Amino acid sequence: MRINSLEALKDYKSRLCGVSSGKTSILMSLGTCGLAAGGAKVADAIRAELDKGLSGKYEAVSVGCMGLCYCEPTIELRDEAGRSAIYGHVTPEQIPAILAAGLDGEAAGATKVKRTWYYPEEEENKDGVLQARIALRNTGRIDPEKIDDYLKYDGYQALGKVLKTMAPEAVSQEILDAMLRGRGGAGFPTGKKWQFAAAQPKGQKYMICNADEGDPGAFMDRAVLEGDPHSVLEAMAIGAYAIGADKGIIYIRAEYPLAIERLQKAIKQAREMGFLGKGIFGTSFDFDIELKYGAGAFVCGEETALIHSIEGKRGEPTFKPPFPAIQGLWKKPTVVNNVETYANVAAIIRKGAAWFKSVGTSGSPGTKVFALAGKINCVGLVEVPMGTTLRDIIFGLGGGILNNRGFKAVQTGGPSGGCITTKNLDTPIDYETLKSIGSMMGSGGMIVMDEDNCMVNIARFFLDFTCDESCGKCTPCRIGNRRLYEMLTDICRGKGTEETLEELRTLSNVIKDTALCGLGQTSPNPVLSTLDNFFEEYEAHVKEKRCPAGVCTALLKFTINDNCIGCGLCAKNCPTGAISGKVKSKHVIDQDKCIKCGVCQQKCKFKAIDKK
Amino acid sequence: MTCCCECSKEKALDKLMRLEPEKTSELTAFIDGLPLVAGDVEKNRGFLVETLHRAQGIFGYLPVEVQQVVSERLGLTRSEIYGVISFYSYFTDKPIGRYKINVCLGTACFVKGAAKIVDELKAKLGVDEGETTADQKFFLGALRCVGSCSLAPVVMVNNRVYGNVTPDMVDQILADCED
Ligand SMILES: Cc1cc2nc3c(=O)[nH]c(=O)nc-3n(C[C@H](O)[C@H](O)[C@H](O)COP(=O)(O)O)c2cc1C
Ligand code: SF4
Ligand code: SF4
Ligand code: SF4
Ligand code: FES
Ligand code: FES
Repeated sequence: MRINSLEALKDYKSRLCGVSSGKTSILMSLGTCGLAAGGAKVADAIRAELDKGLSGKYEAVSVGCMGLCYCEPTIELRDEAGRSAIYGHVTPEQIPAILAAGLDGEAAGATKVKRTWYYPEEEENKDGVLQARIALRNTGRIDPEKIDDYLKYDGYQALGKVLKTMAPEAVSQEILDAMLRGRGGAGFPTGKKWQFAAAQPKGQKYMICNADEGDPGAFMDRAVLEGDPHSVLEAMAIGAYAIGADKGIIYIRAEYPLAIERLQKAIKQAREMGFLGKGIFGTSFDFDIELKYGAGAFVCGEETALIHSIEGKRGEPTFKPPFPAIQGLWKKPTVVNNVETYANVAAIIRKGAAWFKSVGTSGSPGTKVFALAGKINCVGLVEVPMGTTLRDIIFGLGGGILNNRGFKAVQTGGPSGGCITTKNLDTPIDYETLKSIGSMMGSGGMIVMDEDNCMVNIARFFLDFTCDESCGKCTPCRIGNRRLYEMLTDICRGKGTEETLEELRTLSNVIKDTALCGLGQTSPNPVLSTLDNFFEEYEAHVKEKRCPAGVCTALLKFTINDNCIGCGLCAKNCPTGAISGKVKSKHVIDQDKCIKCGVCQQKCKFKAIDKK
Repeated sequence: MTCCCECSKEKALDKLMRLEPEKTSELTAFIDGLPLVAGDVEKNRGFLVETLHRAQGIFGYLPVEVQQVVSERLGLTRSEIYGVISFYSYFTDKPIGRYKINVCLGTACFVKGAAKIVDELKAKLGVDEGETTADQKFFLGALRCVGSCSLAPVVMVNNRVYGNVTPDMVDQILADCED
């Protein structure tokens, strides 16, 4: 069925919402990680239970990520009045009890999880609720494979409103007024980018969605694409109308097969209903979207590299200007926006710029989705208003540090960002404040580190990543980062000196100033920020040849303490024969022979071997 | 005398057809289905990456003959094609093991000890990262974040995801790989 007017769409929606089934929905989170955690078995158990006679009471719905990744498999029971109960760590065995308990009862043995978010479009903020979901408004709530579910939550109404009631210029202006800033990293005002492209002469233009999500440890774009693909399609169509494009491309990484499948289904459904294709909403506006796949290159997330990759070339960045909005894909004006940026657009059009600005800070309105990972209890996705403090995110929503260890640092901005320490936990974060404390927003990955992480080793990890991913086009990045990596390796192996630390800093600044694209320009940030915040840890490595966190194996020393009963097990297993001693008397390790493999410590049953 | 362009040798397509008739037909059928525009090299190049994706899906890797067929069909030079293959880490021109073991080395997995898993696998398989065992059974590789950071550290074997992996689980993971 094709929809040709806004009225017809609203009609269709009220018919969808009007049919009351009287059933409680069981939302089953079946994103990539839900599936990996065993979500499919839980879903089978639910369906089996419904077949046994509960199908009049319940309806099973597959949804995307709810953000509660730490307690997958997760399910939510939700009735038509919106009352809900969320269960985490669900096992197939718990299903009968949970369904018997329903919304009001208690299921013995099952874990209930509190909802920590509200929906600014629909509800007032309840006190103490930290999350505000705008970009994630539908993920985890709707079946991403059913367009009707999206339409029930006002889907495609923003597109209808734009095509039927707004001039293209007014659309860019509305997005500019809302001060929506790019969520892909740099925070450039989206409305301005649209205006640039719109100002180019009429003709072929392109609307691109950057779904390359390269920051290792960030997965919000995947969650949106898997859980709410239509929101991205709708926003791309809105942008295309604003700039005068008739072709859209989603550049998606090949590592996300489920997201690709969901997008393909969504595109097909949108075409069938006339939201994509020729004469959208019965107007003369044509727009269609196709998918292009990445092939495992981080630098392809950079917009000029991404464009080259779509053109079938090596994904090497080129110097800007010209900006893609002026000269992009096949040399035509092109807008590149990030998935999460798009996910905000329809809500802004429906509710208006002023509403959007009521959330967040004055310089950075709206929300940001963060992917919490690393040494934190509640790994998952959180969407918070800009200006929320790190403490609220890490200790409030994240549930604090794993195993009650001490918090050491959090890395934001991925390999381009920096680490933030205890002293800045109470800074309200937005684009500017993050920069001022030596990090950056980036895509929103937040990796939490505890006392057991060695910051020198972390910096070395990021440089290893950069060296791997450098496209090799310019020398500062190709050679400079390799040198940084080698210096950091030296330090981790105990071969660094105080001069090495000086050189690290100097070279970092040179690379920052001279590299061609954002990858190289930001790659020394992890080095500089760990140098600034954890200088004493670097000093321990070079002066005392000691790794305070006990991570850099070359600096460790294995010794045998008085717990040793002389069983000889360690000596038997040592690959280099470094351990000697008489039976039933304390053994010793010959430090010259020891290669620090750690086998002896694993084997000893008496905690007699220390690693320091 | 043979010419340096190997024109006197058996044509790549014929050779592939002889060795792998079904796979080759699948690939040529795919390419024939693309909306290529005769003579428009620039636009046709836009289909290269997806063609290589498909070709690697069919053949498991991208041997020279496949590269040659793609180059002829899309009207691109072989050096261009090799340039693209060598740029993207997803593509490989060497045959790889039946079980692709990829350890995630994204930040979340690294912070939670993925390096130890790699060491264990290297020791157990006797190969380095990026190598295949002599019996062609296992390939050991690394990935950067598969988006399942909540299960870190993560190991992927073909399409199966193992989460919260510890070095002790490596034996079981390898044992699961039975043909
Ligand atoms: C090395 C590098 C990698 C990048 N990776 C991504 C990415 O994975 N996803 C993304 O949306 N933007 C990425 N960007 C930013 C893009 O270049 C571009 O700014 C962004 O897609 C614009 O969209 P936005 O304005 O909506 O944020 C990257 C930039 C650089 C320099
Ligand atoms: S900075 Fe690095 S990634 Fe960017 S163009 Fe130069 S070599 Fe390539
Ligand atoms: S295994 Fe432990 S108890 Fe036995 S000899 Fe070695 S250090 Fe001593
Ligand atoms: S760490 Fe390894 S090499 Fe050193 S003493 Fe123990 S078993 Fe031997
Ligand atoms: S539930 Fe898996 S990504 Fe969130
Ligand atoms: S860092 Fe390993 S899955 Fe994300």
